[in-house]
Order: sequence, then structure tokens, then C-alpha cells
Amino acid sequence: MSTKNYISAICSIKNGKVFVNNTLDYTFTESNEPIDFFKSVYKHYQLNYPKFYKMDSLSKLAFIASEILLKTQAISKEHTPENIAIIIANSASSLEIDTEHQQTINDKANYFPSPANFVYTLPNILIGEIAIRNKIKGENTFFIFDKFDTLFMSSYINSLLNSKKASICVAGWVDFYENHYEANLYLVENSEKGLKSKHTAEELNKRITNN
Amino acid sequence: MDALIDKLKGEIIEQLNLEDVKKEDINNDAPLFGDGLGLDSIDALELIVLLEKNYGIKVANPQDGKKIFQSIRTMAEYIQANQK
Amino acid sequence: MSKKIYITGLGIISAIGNNVEETLDFLNKQKSGVSSLDNIVSRYQHQLPVGEVKASNDELKKLAGIEHLPDNTRTTYLGIIAAKEAVKNAGINNMKEFRTGLISATSVGGMGITENLWFDYLNPEKTGEWLRYIETHECGDSTESIAESVGATDYVSTISTACSSSANSIMFGARLIKHGIVDRIIVGGTDSLSRFTINGFMTLMILDNEHCKPFDAERKGLNLGEGAGFIVLESEEAAKGKTILAELSGYGNSNDAYHQTASSPDGAGAYLAMEKAFKISGLKPENISYINAHGTGTAINDLSEGTAITRMFGKNVPFISSTKAYTGHTLGACGGIEAVFSVLAINHNTVFPNLNYKNQMPEVEFTPTTELLTNQKIDHVLSNSFGFGGNTSALIFSRHN
Repeated sequence: MSTKNYISAICSIKNGKVFVNNTLDYTFTESNEPIDFFKSVYKHYQLNYPKFYKMDSLSKLAFIASEILLKTQAISKEHTPENIAIIIANSASSLEIDTEHQQTINDKANYFPSPANFVYTLPNILIGEIAIRNKIKGENTFFIFDKFDTLFMSSYINSLLNSKKASICVAGWVDFYENHYEANLYLVENSEKGLKSKHTAEELNKRITNN
Repeated sequence: MDALIDKLKGEIIEQLNLEDVKKEDINNDAPLFGDGLGLDSIDALELIVLLEKNYGIKVANPQDGKKIFQSIRTMAEYIQANQK
Repeated sequence: MSKKIYITGLGIISAIGNNVEETLDFLNKQKSGVSSLDNIVSRYQHQLPVGEVKASNDELKKLAGIEHLPDNTRTTYLGIIAAKEAVKNAGINNMKEFRTGLISATSVGGMGITENLWFDYLNPEKTGEWLRYIETHECGDSTESIAESVGATDYVSTISTACSSSANSIMFGARLIKHGIVDRIIVGGTDSLSRFTINGFMTLMILDNEHCKPFDAERKGLNLGEGAGFIVLESEEAAKGKTILAELSGYGNSNDAYHQTASSPDGAGAYLAMEKAFKISGLKPENISYINAHGTGTAINDLSEGTAITRMFGKNVPFISSTKAYTGHTLGACGGIEAVFSVLAINHNTVFPNLNYKNQMPEVEFTPTTELLTNQKIDHVLSNSFGFGGNTSALIFSRHN
């Protein structure tokens, strides 16, 4: 399918590495713990948003990826809050924090479920975190797939932009479960900016697997 | 009282994941919510859990939190008055 | 490509009935379906009021007509019951006649089973036939089973955006038809009660330990509920010659961008979602006959939604009610269940009351409808659904002429 929309930037985070526009930007080797890596990314990029520490692992990952992605383009200058969409998918939903919440309610002798954990037992909270941080008020949806369906995502987002429901979209995949994590967040807009890469499933596949 | 305040600061930093905050950064009388430590409604609920878990004090009405959690000092006073 | 989106079938199960007919009867009785928690073993059993479907999992399996299949989750059974009814109601006999899809929304998926088997799953020494339940945990698994049970397999997807999930699945389905990707689609959602959810909401301290009172100045919180609601959307082409129950004329979604769980005091997201829905429908606020509000009964939601509605409608707020005092808050399913209520309101010229309301909220100027109103001309219904994560959605259902 031909498209007049473009991927203007992409940030990928996996295996202790941060890629910006498919170029390695930061590597962390001091520990194999994902959380240590996320915190080190937070510090390295001087993100300065203490709420980061309160987020669950999945939102932490989404947050750092979105911050690095949005440092590449000042989207709030060119787009109104209502015209910025966020469409994100994953496979594990919020399973990681679900497990933590479950542990706290199963132990009768030590029953102290945490409200802060429970809040994150919904995968779309990570969209909320990105929206709150960047004051984004456009359309937002969270899909759950077996694996990242680039054909579905590209046609869904092209339809959003073509029907003028949004002028730019923060899109991608953020998944975390049992120390396996991967984030690929990218910007799609209807003008040739940044990467100027055609927004098609083939192009997405290439950009996501080439890191 | 001072010992309790000091202990409480450590517990709050841990419970609320305030990683960049040190005990000495928290003024005993500064507001915990809004401008002070910048805590929000979910943090208030976490503090209610903390009171029950660490001090055996149950707060049934979340509205009561507003008074109890005005500052570290009011929180410590509440604990002293209600701990069995 | 179809310009209009026709609704040709409804299916529902909740605390107030196992099908559309029972539900309508119950709504007309102006009685709440909220009762004590019986089906789940919980520390809050027999204390906490909930909108529970009074049937065991085995009974639901029978009702779903899938006794020949392996056991599944409560979420899936509820979904199959409602989706099958919607398909039957739409008079669809041949699934192959048109490209037909199914989008289901859920927030808990198979949690009801997982929480019972959790420690057995983790114990490598324990094995058994029950291990296959691991697969039913995922939200997408219930969707697959529901889609298979009705044979709608041309396009299947799952949406999980908390309590606005079902409204978003309806919106997504409408778009798939408008873009010519499917000709008809079964859309809605399903969620069952679980200890996971109940304990979680307890920690948020937003559950009322009595019957919830949406939009009441003295509201204390929500009652959780369970159920499923599905509607069948068809293109103009697919619906030719069929009975059309209503049209889906508008839909909008936005983000409140305020807090992880709390709605903004000015209802910014809710306002934007309604504004978008109006834009798509070409309608104006004065065209709306009835608002089926999200109205959960929490201090924050009702204030935020009430403020947004006041901003949108000014002094001319039409009939408005929250039906959550009937069903409890069915979370991921509520948008589907309330879509069914909205179409029923149009078809039966009725406004369903906001039960348990007594005291005017000082912050808003409107008063919800507290008695069943019949013989009203209900042409356009606005239905709101808002979720944690700031996800806010609005749908507009219209009479088909």
C-alpha cells in the first residue's frame, strides 16, 4: 500500500543498548538487571522526572524510549495536544506487575497490596505516563498482539493520519516480562521530516530488526 | 519524636520510591503533597498502607489522609497518638 | 466504502440479566442488580456489594453452549454468551456471506483462573490437565475463543485500555467497516470479577461498601461488576434488507493527560472525546436526547465528567443517567453493556434511571433522571466511557430513519 506518511524518528531499546534512528547511542554493560539499565539510561539522558522512579518496569521502559524519541523532534511546537496520537502495542500486557500484585494478595499473613502497583496492572497506563509528561491529548489505544504486527500498525496509523484524526503519532511496541524487554517507539507524520522514511510495514520491519 | 521522624523519612523514601530524595532533603514541617515533596493521591494511599504495615494503624477513610499527611511531623504525631 | 455504520444485533449478560430480554425487563423494574459477592472466595465475600452474574462457571459454560469444549475462563464464557446472542439477534446465519470480524475488549482476561492456580503453576512438581489454563490468562485468548464460537474470523483483535476498552473496540470496528476492511463486525467487551481486581480497587479506596450513588453529592465510590456486551456493526451493503436497530453516528477518543488514575478536575479529556464524536456525527449537543454517562460513583469521576458535560451542554443538559447502579462497574465490558442500553433506549423510547440518587452535586447544574421515563422521543444517545491511563471515549448512537 502506498503512503504519504513518513517515519521521522525511531528509538529502540533492547539488550542494554539504546538506538536512535538506528544508530547505537548508548550501551550499558555494568549489570544484567533491566531496571539498572533503565535507571542508567534515565541518568545518562538527564531526563529529570522523579516520577520515573515510581513507575512499574513496563512504564519505565516506555518512558525512557518516549523521552529519547521526543528529544529528536520538538513535536509540541508544531502540533496541538489534541492532534498528537499515541498508539502502542505489546504481547505481555502488564503481566510483570500483575505478578507482583498477585503475590501481595495471595499471602494471607502478609497481606499488603500496593495501590501504586495496582495502578500499573493495566498496560495502557504507560500511554497515560507519556501523555501526562508531554501534555498529549490525542487519540490513544493499546493493542495486544502475539508479536509486533507492523502491517496492522502501519495501516491503522495511516488511517488515523489520512482521516485527519491526528497530525502526528507516537507509535510502537513496548514489552517487558521476566527480564525480557524491548521497546521500539517511532514518530509518524504526514510530511518529510527527520528520517524521511516511508511509513510502510516493510520499512518498519527493517528499522526494527536492523538494530 | 525525633527518632520516629527520622525512621519515618527512611520508610517514606523506600515505600514511595523517592530515589533522588535524601532524608535531609525532607523538612519536618514542609507539606508532603503539592509543592513540597510533590506527592499525589496514589502516594497518599501508599502512606495509608505504610501506616498499617509498619505501625498497625488502620485508616478507613482516605479523606483523613489529608490531615494526617500534612507534613512528616503531623504524620509522626498521628502515629504516636494512635499506636497501640 | 460504507458511509453509515448500522447496528443490527445486541447481546448482553450482566448482573441484571442473561440476555437482552431479561435485561430490558430488569431495567424497567428500576431495581439494582448489585448484591453480595457469592461466586468468588474472597476476604470481602458477603460484605462487599458487587454486580455479579448469579451463575457458576459450569452454568455459564452450559449457557454459552460449549459443553463439548474444554473448560475455559469466566471472562470467555460471558463473552461467548453475549457475542452469540448479538449474532443471532442480527439474523446472521452464514458467516461466509460477508467478511466478518470480532473485536473484544477486556481488562482482566483470564485472571479469575490464574489467581486460583498461581502457586500450582509455579510449582514444578505439580502437573496436570489444568496447566493448559496458563494459555487462557492472556487477554487475547478470550477474544480468540469468542471469535471461534461465532465463526467471525476475518479480522480478530483485542483492545485493553482499562474501562474505556469496549467503547474503543466499537470505535475501531466502525473504522474497519468505513475503510472497507470488513463488511460487518461484532464489537464490545467482557470482564469477570476476580480477587485481583477487588483487592486492587480496595487499595485505591474507591469502592463504596453500600450501593453506589452516581452523581450524588454524597457518593462514596463505585461497585465492581462483571458481564459482557456486544453489538453487531454492518456496512450499508451488508445490512441491506435487514432490521436496523440504530446507527453508530459518532465516536471520539482522547487522553486526559492528567494523572495515571484520577480524571482531571476540568474533564479536559472527556470534553475532547465528546467534541470529536460530535464532529464525526455532524450533530450538535442540542440534538442529544439522552446521555448514558460513565458515572461510576467515585468522587473524582463524577465531578470530572459532570464538569465536562456542563461545559459541553451549558444549561441545556438533556436527560442524563448512569446505569452503573444497576450493573456495577463492569470495567472493560462497560462500554459494550452501555452501548446495548443506549440502543434499547432508542428502540423503546425510554430513559433508564440513575438509581440511588438523592442529593444534588453543588458543582454541576444538571440533575440526573431518577425515574424510568417512557414514551420519550430518544433519537440520539451519547455514551461516555473513561478509563485509567487517561483514556477517554465517547460514542453517539442515533435512530435509523
